[in-house]
Parts: sequence; C-alpha cells; structure tokens
Amino acid sequence: MRFEWIVALRFLREGGLQTMLIITGTALGISFIVFITAILTNLQRDIVERTLGVQPHITIRPQDEVARPQWRAAGEPGAQPEVQARAQRLRSIDQWQPIARALDADPQVRAVSPIVSGPATVTRGDAARVVTLVGIVPDRYTSVTQLGARIVAGSLTLAPGDTVIGRELAQDLGARVGDMVRIATPVSSGDAYRVRGIYDLGAKAFNRSYAYVALPVGQALHALPGGVSSIDLKVDNLWTAEAVALRLQREVPHQVESWMQANAQLMIGLANQTLMTRLIRITIGLVVAIGIASVLIVAVVQKTREIGILRAMGASRGRVLRVFLLQGALIGFVGAALGSIGGYWLTRMMAGLLRSADGTRLITAHLDLPLYGATLLGAAVVGLLAAVAPARRAARLDPATAIRL
Amino acid sequence: MSTPIIELRGLRKRFNEGTAIESEVLHGIDLDVHRGEFACLIGPSGSGKSTLLNMIGLLDQPSGGQYRLKGVAIGQSDDDTRTRARLNTLGFVFQFHHLLPAFSALENVTLPMLMRDGVVTAAARAEGAALLEAVGLGQVLDRKPSELSGGMQQRVAIARALALSPDLVLADEPTGNLDTQTADDVFALLRDFNRRRGTAFLIVTHDPRLAARCDRVVELRDGTIVRDEAQVAATPGAD
Ligand SMILES: Nc1ncnc2c1ncn2[C@@H]1O[C@H](COP(=O)(O)OP(=O)(O)O)[C@@H](O)[C@H]1O
Ligand SMILES: [Mg+2]
Repeated sequence: MRFEWIVALRFLREGGLQTMLIITGTALGISFIVFITAILTNLQRDIVERTLGVQPHITIRPQDEVARPQWRAAGEPGAQPEVQARAQRLRSIDQWQPIARALDADPQVRAVSPIVSGPATVTRGDAARVVTLVGIVPDRYTSVTQLGARIVAGSLTLAPGDTVIGRELAQDLGARVGDMVRIATPVSSGDAYRVRGIYDLGAKAFNRSYAYVALPVGQALHALPGGVSSIDLKVDNLWTAEAVALRLQREVPHQVESWMQANAQLMIGLANQTLMTRLIRITIGLVVAIGIASVLIVAVVQKTREIGILRAMGASRGRVLRVFLLQGALIGFVGAALGSIGGYWLTRMMAGLLRSADGTRLITAHLDLPLYGATLLGAAVVGLLAAVAPARRAARLDPATAIRL
Repeated sequence: MSTPIIELRGLRKRFNEGTAIESEVLHGIDLDVHRGEFACLIGPSGSGKSTLLNMIGLLDQPSGGQYRLKGVAIGQSDDDTRTRARLNTLGFVFQFHHLLPAFSALENVTLPMLMRDGVVTAAARAEGAALLEAVGLGQVLDRKPSELSGGMQQRVAIARALALSPDLVLADEPTGNLDTQTADDVFALLRDFNRRRGTAFLIVTHDPRLAARCDRVVELRDGTIVRDEAQVAATPGAD
C-alpha cells in the first residue's frame, strides 16, 4: 500500500487549490454536522431535564393493587359499596433493601435513591398548601435528580426537624429559610418543621409541588415505618433508560417505569427533532460526497496521461483504483479533522450566546470524543465511497489511449 | 540460440472491431527480438509503428496471431498478468518524455522499485542516483521535471525505463522532439546502455541517421513488415 499512499498524497498535493477547496468544503460541511449534533444533544438534554424536574430516569414502584370488593356484614350501617377501581393507598416495596443493594451493584445503574412520597399539607399561619411530601436520603436523591444543584437558598441538609421546599411554595406560605412550617398527612397529625432550604426547578408548578424531609421522617409521616414507596434510579445514558427498565422489569417483581414511558408525548417530540437533524446531516453528507466525487472525476481526467504512464510502468488496475479511493478517503478524513475543530469552535461560540430562560448556559461545548471519532471515520468512509466511481474510471483507462494524449 | 524475448507470429490489430469504421492496422506481423539486440523500427507516419510497439509493450491486445514473451504466450492474458510482465521485463520511453510532474527526477526513477518492492530502500535510491549519474544528471536529482530541459527530461525517462533492468526497452520516437545535438546524445546513451548492460532495445525513429546507427532495421509499411535486415551500425559523426 505504500505505493498507493505516496502517489495519492502527491496527487493531492499537486492538486493545489483544487485540493484545498474540496477539503475546505468538506470541513465546512463536517463542522456544521458536528455543531448541530452537539446543539441537538445539549438541547434535548436540557428539554428533558427541564420537563422531568425531579422525575428520575427509572422508577420502581409496588404493583398496582386490584379491586377486591368487601361486603359489609348485614346490620352494619351504610350501603354496600360499588365495585370500583381501587384507590391506591400508599404501600411499601416488599423487600426493598436487597433490591436496592442489587441495583447499587448493577453496572447499568449509576445511582439508586429510595424514597417515600405521599400527600401532605403544609401550613404556616393561615396559609395551607397541599404538596407531595417526599422523604429522601439527600446524598442519594441528589445523585439521581438535579435537586442538589437547584437549591437557591439555604441548603439541602435534612436533620429530623428540617424540610426543604420550593420557591413558589415558600412565597405562598410567606416562609423563608429558618422559618417554621407545619406538615401534616392524612395519617399523621403532623409537626412543625424548619425550612432549611429553598429550591427552584425552573418551573412554578414543580416549585409548588414538593416538600422534602429526611427518609425516616417521611416514613413516620406516611405511616410506612422502614418502608419506601419507590426506588428512583439514574442510568448512565438518558436514552437507554427504557432498555434498562425493560430488563429490570424481568428481574424485580415490581412495577418498573422509565421516564420515556412516563413522558410519551415528550419522546415523540424529541424523536421528531432527532429525525430532522438526521435528515440535515444526511443531506450535508451527500453534498460533501458529491463534492468529493466531482473533484476526483475532474482529477482523473486531468491525470489521464499520468495514469497511463503508471499503468505502462507496471501499476495494476487495482493500484490505480486504490490511489483514487485513498484520495477520497484522505479528503474526507482531513476535512473531518478540520471540520471537527471548526464544529467545536462553533459550538463553543454558540455556547457563549445561547442562554436558557433562567440565564444558565443552554449548551456546553465539551469534547465529545466518540462523536469526533465517529465523524472522522464516517467522513473517511463517505470520501472512500464518493471516490468509487472516479477510481473505477481511472482504473479502467486504456493505457495505450491514455499515453497517446 | 536462446529463447527470444519477443516472438510475434501473424500478429494482427484491428481497431473499432465490429463497427462500420473497422480498420486493420497490422496485417500479420512476424517478428523476433533477441536478448541484447539494438533494433530500429522505421516507416512512414501511419504505418502502424506505435500500434506495433503498444502491442509488444502489452499496452494493447492483438486482434489475432500469437505473441510469446520469453517463451510464454501472453497476447490474450488478463490485465494483471500483462501488467506484471510490463513491470518485470519491459521498459518504456515515449516521445513526450512522460515523467510524473509531481515527483522529482530521482523519485521518477525509483518509482518502478517502489512498485516492485513496495518500498524504496536506500539501496534502490543509490541505484536510481547511479542511473541518473550515468545519464549525466547527477547534479539535478531533486529537481522536478518542469525544472529540467526537454533533453534532460528524456534522460530521466531513460533512466527510469532502465530502473528494474528490463530485458527489453521499447522507445517510441524517443528523440522525436529534441534538437539534433540532443537527439544524438540521447541516442548515444541508449546505445551505451545496450553495450554495457546487454539490454535489448526496439526504437521507433523517423531519423535515417539514427536508424543507420542500429544493428538491425525493421521497416513497416501499411501494417506489413517490408524489410528486416541486420546492418553494421554506423559510428556517430562518421556521416
Ligand atoms: N486507437 C485507435 N483507433 C483507431 N485507429 C487507430 C488507433 N490508433 C492508431 N490508429 C490508426 O492506425 C494507424 C497506424 O497508427 P500508428 O500506429 O500510430 O502509426 P505510426 O506510429 O506508424 O505513425 C493510423 O492510421 C491510425 O489512424
Ligand atoms: Mg507513432
């Protein structure tokens, strides 16, 4: 292959401006592909995080209870009840501790957070609000959700008498960090808790919805001593949550649901976005391929005589073919290398400009090595494929005719 | 006598076969070329000299007849076999000194070694340099063809044709576009390689003075050999 490499490189160098232009064109196309891929990945992650709030990637819950009518004994007051779908009372996951331990050891699960959550009323003075009261182990909860990063006042320390609430709930109750609120549940008359922290999940509805206490406190308030109502999981890759959930469903005797199942509408939107960007990428890839092919076709015509000499000297058709295939692959590869740098730079520039509603950066430009690796390889393959037709034309040249020119 | 390098028997070449403009250019050529020969091919323009040379050089396939290269029938072999035979037994020099413009003089000469061995070894480079030295270009090894005169370029082409020590060098009007003095020098170079290395040459030429300096003259007319005789080569400058 050395012969092919040497001749291909020389031909490209000899191409001068022609080579520079096609490499520049390829680089521009590739940098745009890298850019929109980075943007899309970031935007989708942002949308998902915002939409999910504190929803985990995967939730494990007890199976729904089925309705079993109980007939009142004769003479008891009240009418016979209708058989209706059973209201789900708060129950604990059977054997949750061994399950949580097994999940901790699962290679596809990054973090495990047992929680107990149920309805509660938070009162301060005259103001009362209904919330979901969640008992958490703060370290575990923050590695599964983003709550840790969303604390805007105080902190997420949950001693037995502490609670953390959302910004809007705090406003509604007129409570600030350090103030006391009263928390009661249907099964417990409740107690006074000190607001230790205030969070902002970026959506008012979320900020009114949850109040956090330590897990043992939650267990007491929900009358589930030692139990948890669900186990929340974080997986390594957001987009594999459904696959992991399906696997776990076969392993644990409880209900396993991924965020993707729980947010079908969002998933459809994201899938459409992905499809659109894929279309754009394919189009750019095609344009790049056509550019490379046309430059090489011209090069074959320009180099007809040289190809004839090489053939006369004893270069086989296969060698001539490979010389041109290699040129295509090299254009693709070098173009992609420059394009990756350009794409990274473009992403960084845009990262500085694009902000979310709350002023945080919408996208982060990080060196996504697999993306760049795939781009380099993909572009080399595209270049190679684009070179097939020109290379075959070069290989088929009749040496006698080529030399006579 | 040893096997000839080239044996042609009743070789024919038709162009545009099966079409309305079909025409036969070579009408049954019988020709042997032996090791160490220094032969000239002469004839008027259009008589089929280049066509015959391309046929012998395995650049084109005959339409009929037999071609044995070093005793092996090769006329109708596949492209890869003929390509290999070109690389290993034949050298070419064309009228328009076909050098590769992107490569230096030395690189042009070592290209055949790169093709044969897959690498250019230090020994190959030294051999290439020695060849260029032998054609009087020891000083311009690294120049590109565009930086060399026509005569110099043709010398590089000769050095390249000899790089793999072929049995036979085919030269199609190698002095065709050189001035008389340069043409004489280039021709003398071919003769010199023939004498010192025993390389056989088949040289197409228009120039009767140069034809007189060959050991054998083959004359082609309208695609038929009309004369093929040995002669005592004239010494340059004696006419
Ligand atoms: N590829 C070709 N197609 C058709 N006719 C050709 C081709 N090559 C050569 N000829 C014809 O064959 C004849 C001999 O040509 P050529 O071998 O080039 O002659 P010479 O080299 O003796 O001048 C000419 O009439 C030429 O037109
Ligand atoms: Mg001719």
